[in-house]
Amino acid sequence: MQRHFDRDIEDLKDLLLRMGAMVEDAITQSIRALLERDTPLAEEVIGNDSRIDQMELEIDRLTLELIAKMQPAAVDLRFVAAIMKITPELERIADLAQDVCERVIELNREPPLKPMVAIPHLAQDAQTMVRQALDAFVRGDATLARQVIKQDDVVDQQTEQSFRELLTYMLEDPRNISRAIRLTFIGKYFERMADGATNICEMVVYLVEGKMIKHTPVTQNP
Amino acid sequence: MLTAIDMERFNAALAPSAAALESMNAKISVRDFDFFYGSAKVLHGITLDIPDRQVTALIGPSGCGKSTFIRSINRMNDIIPNARAKGTISIDGRAIYSSDTDVVSLRRRVGMVFQKSNPFPKSIYDNIAYGLRIGGMRNRRELNNVVERSLIRAALWDEVKDRLNESAFALSGGQQQRLCIARALAVDPEVLLMDEPASALDPIATTKIEELIWDLKVNYTIVIVTHNMQQAARVSDRTAFFMLGRLVEYADTKTIFMNPKEKMTEDYVTGRFG
Repeated sequence: MQRHFDRDIEDLKDLLLRMGAMVEDAITQSIRALLERDTPLAEEVIGNDSRIDQMELEIDRLTLELIAKMQPAAVDLRFVAAIMKITPELERIADLAQDVCERVIELNREPPLKPMVAIPHLAQDAQTMVRQALDAFVRGDATLARQVIKQDDVVDQQTEQSFRELLTYMLEDPRNISRAIRLTFIGKYFERMADGATNICEMVVYLVEGKMIKHTPVTQNP
Repeated sequence: MLTAIDMERFNAALAPSAAALESMNAKISVRDFDFFYGSAKVLHGITLDIPDRQVTALIGPSGCGKSTFIRSINRMNDIIPNARAKGTISIDGRAIYSSDTDVVSLRRRVGMVFQKSNPFPKSIYDNIAYGLRIGGMRNRRELNNVVERSLIRAALWDEVKDRLNESAFALSGGQQQRLCIARALAVDPEVLLMDEPASALDPIATTKIEELIWDLKVNYTIVIVTHNMQQAARVSDRTAFFMLGRLVEYADTKTIFMNPKEKMTEDYVTGRFG
């Protein structure tokens, strides 16, 4: 039986996906702005962030309305809970893309440091994790969600590697320090995006299986 | 941050283990219970334990057998011609369908409240004193005490203490229902069966009944049939979902409403049914 509630759920899902698409765009553009030293593009990403914030408010409003009117239970309840947890994660990821762009603008005021090795990989992997997390949510795919969660360790290693790379530049020449620190921040921002993707995936597992796997080691989550 | 051990406790709280269920203090034990109206079998092999001093809700679509089941617990169905029970229901370990069961004393121990309040055409006082007098209580002071205590327990005393001699029909619907609860409590039962006790009441009276159920479970084992899913979620500790005369799922209320194991239960509590 098709319920009125199903339509509301579809609407909410659509909104979250549109927000997700905007967040993915923000990440893609922040990476391009970084690699191509494109200040106007970075400024554009920063300017677009308020649209994502508005989207978050809209989703919050609809979700609360749904709880008040429909009093969801079982899988419906878990869906609404998942939406309420996933939306702020997406918003935070968008903020991180904005942070990347702010550092990019600062970096572009000076000559480039050196060709980057670790950060582009790290950025791509974080971006992929966010996209896959959203895919896992749309498809209700707990297996994919678990794969993404495992991927987080790889991103953590890449962050560490980029830090070591940047440290050598700082040791080489103190004039590199301010740029290297900005790039270290950028590495950390992408790493935090991957953490956000992991949190989203944990909620996908909760939505699908009713199991809360937050704060348990990956080895205990087959 | 939660440790792995905390997580185990967290999950255990959501879904109690089989061991936890076994250690549960069962007031009412039902084993392979069938019920027939003539040749029609309306309950099929019901097996469950109803814990002492907790609220157990029975939910399910109309005709699923939940009312027949709740009426089996004080043998209210006995008066229906050609009705027949098979299997066992025990209260405190004693089978209530055995030939030596005194049905009158069973019904004193297992009180019942119905959907439509049914006060006697008597005064408020006499509605409650009635069962006590039948039980042989004559002493006026003793009667007064029990009437007052029962009305207090049913959260009605403050509203009626100055007009105990008025007709019970002068009370509002919600008050009449609480009067019936007071009447059931007067004979000091151990189990209270409630068959949709709030379905004919307005939201305020409903809230009062629900608050009352919360208070009463300190002293009584309560079984409630309700069509109001949110009411089951609010008032009960455990929930049993019935469907076509079978017990589909029986678990902690929070499990039933957050993460039921059976697809059928999920469809029912989310209103996807049919």
